[in-house]
Amino acid sequence: MTAIVVNEINIKSLRQQETKERLVMIGLTIPYLLIVILLIIVPIGWLFGTSFVDQDGSFTFKHYVRLVESKAYYRIFITTFEISIFTTLICILIGYPLTYFISQLPRRFANLCMIAVLIPFWTSLLVRTYAWLVLLQRKGLLNNFGIELGLLSEPLPLMHNMTGTLIGMVHIMLPFLILPLYANMRAIDTDYLKAASSMGANQLRAFWTIFFPLSVPGLLAGSLIVFVICLGFYVTPAVLGGGKVIMVSMKIQSNIELFFSWGAASALGVVLLVMTIAILYIASKFVSLDQMSSRG
Amino acid sequence: MVSHSEIKEQALRISIQGVTKTYGDFFALNNVSLDIEAGEFLTLLGPSGSGKTTLLMVLAGFIRPNQGQVFFGSEDIVLKPPHLRGVGMVFQNYALFPHMSVEQNVAYPLKLRRKTKDEISQGVQEALDTVKLAGLGNRKIGQLSGGQRQRVALARAIVFKPKVLLMDEPLSALDKKLREEMQIELRRLHDNLAITTVYVTHDQKEALTMSDRIAVINHGILNQLGLPQEIYSNPTNAFIADFIGESTLLPVEVRDSTPRFGESIISVNHDVGSDGSYVLVVRPEKLLLVTDESTAPNRFPCTVEESIFQGESQLLIVRLDTMKSGDKEPYRLNVRIANTSANSAVIPQVGDSICVALEKVDSFIVKQE
Amino acid sequence: MGFLNRIVSETQIRLGQRLWLYIIAVVILIFLVAPSFIVVPMSFSGSQYLEFPPANWSIRWYSHYFNSPVWMAATWTSIKVAVLTILVATPIGTMAAYGMLNSSAKLTRLLFVVMISPIMIPLILVAIGVFYFYVKVKMVNSILGLVLAHSLIAMPLVLIIVMSALNNYDMNQEKVARSLGATRLQAFFQITLPQIRFSIVSSALIAFLTSFDEVIIALFISGGPNSTITRSMFLSLRDQIDPTIASISTILIVISSGLLIAAQTFGKRKDSD
Repeated sequence: MTAIVVNEINIKSLRQQETKERLVMIGLTIPYLLIVILLIIVPIGWLFGTSFVDQDGSFTFKHYVRLVESKAYYRIFITTFEISIFTTLICILIGYPLTYFISQLPRRFANLCMIAVLIPFWTSLLVRTYAWLVLLQRKGLLNNFGIELGLLSEPLPLMHNMTGTLIGMVHIMLPFLILPLYANMRAIDTDYLKAASSMGANQLRAFWTIFFPLSVPGLLAGSLIVFVICLGFYVTPAVLGGGKVIMVSMKIQSNIELFFSWGAASALGVVLLVMTIAILYIASKFVSLDQMSSRG
Repeated sequence: MVSHSEIKEQALRISIQGVTKTYGDFFALNNVSLDIEAGEFLTLLGPSGSGKTTLLMVLAGFIRPNQGQVFFGSEDIVLKPPHLRGVGMVFQNYALFPHMSVEQNVAYPLKLRRKTKDEISQGVQEALDTVKLAGLGNRKIGQLSGGQRQRVALARAIVFKPKVLLMDEPLSALDKKLREEMQIELRRLHDNLAITTVYVTHDQKEALTMSDRIAVINHGILNQLGLPQEIYSNPTNAFIADFIGESTLLPVEVRDSTPRFGESIISVNHDVGSDGSYVLVVRPEKLLLVTDESTAPNRFPCTVEESIFQGESQLLIVRLDTMKSGDKEPYRLNVRIANTSANSAVIPQVGDSICVALEKVDSFIVKQE
Repeated sequence: MGFLNRIVSETQIRLGQRLWLYIIAVVILIFLVAPSFIVVPMSFSGSQYLEFPPANWSIRWYSHYFNSPVWMAATWTSIKVAVLTILVATPIGTMAAYGMLNSSAKLTRLLFVVMISPIMIPLILVAIGVFYFYVKVKMVNSILGLVLAHSLIAMPLVLIIVMSALNNYDMNQEKVARSLGATRLQAFFQITLPQIRFSIVSSALIAFLTSFDEVIIALFISGGPNSTITRSMFLSLRDQIDPTIASISTILIVISSGLLIAAQTFGKRKDSD
């Protein structure tokens, strides 16, 4: 009889100790979680709430209705999507050949090239945007060269418009496409290609039938990351767009800073957030989340 | 040198009582009870995933069982944290500290115990001498060979004179020759230290070579505990018979308390249990070549299918002539014959019809699982 | 032109057939790297306007920067905030990484998504969220507020770097240390920490850069005497093209390249001894 009692105490204290140890380990994450909860979860929750509240405090859909009905908002969404899609497409167009080239190089040279990719990645966003400002302005470097070389008769409007915004965005987004794509391409077993060419497939055929399909997951992941960062981007379009190119993020900012219109801003924010989460969810099917860490 | 009775006095007796560990529905350990004598070298033997390492980790304190008690001497230590248990431990991959030299690795447990500088350097020297690494104290871990790393891990585990030494497959990363040398060396080391050793391995030959006793574990259950000879010659179930040593299992029926293979009666060296399906455990080296007229019991007429030269012995694979009704495949047995000069004349050729026999003392059957 | 026949890939492609790819690659690499460095010569221009190449050289924009109390104050704010961000984000991120790797996988997968959310959702939303919270608790325009907000976006980077270092680290070493008599804390500080210290240092440098370069959050929550340098730069960038910015940009490039090289060297060294 006593033996059973002892055993039950034993089971209980073993379980208590196990639970305690688990709690200590989870406890190590508490300061982190506290900051995230206070500065992310609570404000986002509040943002969500505010997007359904009218000035007098009553429940309303009007902020969302306005997003759908207003021509101005329609323009803003179209601009945002245009910039995001074009930036992504141009990034793919120039990023894919470059990454393919780097992935075919011997390790040593490839690492050198990757440094060239990483330098802009870690250079201050503002500095790079400023550099483009200098390059693209009416009397800027590109226009001056163009005129000196006789290619242009008068300066092209490269700034404070879509063109300038796109050039700057592509420059800033390119590393986000290249990094996951490069990891993917490096992992492709070149034995497949060797086997294919030894069986008589020509280079182009071997590339399209073997290499390209194997690189699609990396390309898809990189493209989705670029697209999702573009959707919420602020600094570069604000500077290079010169107020003529208005994206969602800029409208959110001006709604708050200029008009103190939290309701409209939060409705826009919720829409932006939902789009972002949806795309990230799709992207997470191709690539692990920690490879998607972004800045900007 | 310490005498055997002294070892018994200094070492700790370990008693494991009713230890169970589950992960969800999976029983990693199922009500295991086991007493380990003071100063004993006990091996936990089992296939991978059997629970042997889990049990070792319970002893070390890294895995907390759901229930059960573990006594070191008379003290129940099941709730004690690992650092207060005072056990020396050697991991499979040695887990040496790469940012410290050999000396610093070995000195680490002494530093934790706040020994004086002199005590530390003396202890480290002694431990390095014991594992035959004297003079290598300043080396970095990266500069050592696999065998040397193994010795450093061992020196680090014994330098603070623990009462219990736990080893988790410490030799599995070494090549065969070095492994066999180390087996003998580890055993000698154990005999010189007053230390109760629990050794985990999946290598049955290693277990047979080194252990005082072997505990065979499978599916989280303690299957058999005994001397190496007992485990080898009297396995209590078909799993152990199959797992330990080389063996072929022949299905036999027990009817009217008499084991039969087909129609021929098998005489065995032990009492037969209830009627039913059993297997006869046949060790290749126990089989004898006999002539047809031999009166030996348990004779199996057969044909030689393959003859393989293996250095010190010749391995014959023979096909039994007897088939039970309903069998599709004929039964095969392995026969091992020592390659002595006396034997060279009698080794049969492929295709020969021969007869092999199993002495009654070497014959035992276990219940089919 | 014999070199065009050199074989340049494992699939026997000749250099001549690949030349177009080489040219494209070089052009794109220049596109990536050159713009950042174009500001360096510009910053030494003596002229009021930005021109390339500068007609005359001077360091007037540097002296303008170093003699401007406003720019200096903003610089010190940024440095202060970035250093404090290291001190907050690195230990908290490291602690969390350790706790995550010693907890059950099911729980940590969910926690991980929550924990990296600050760098997954658009920064503008983080910024207005933090702004909203600070308005409520009256922390707008405070150094503490900036440090916490910058830690928020630096912690995920620390978490990712330290978790990957711990994943490559043999946790059995900590177990051995504990069996040899070390408490969990001793085992961590004496055995684990020395071996992942390079990753931690490199994550600290990245935390510094993240804070130092951050614009959008600072735009909302810093101001007055506690304006950061990037905020001031952004505002003057929107208004006019001031060559002072070129000199500041040059300094920023030097700082971030230096830190990045340091982070890379530290990060690489972790397993070498």
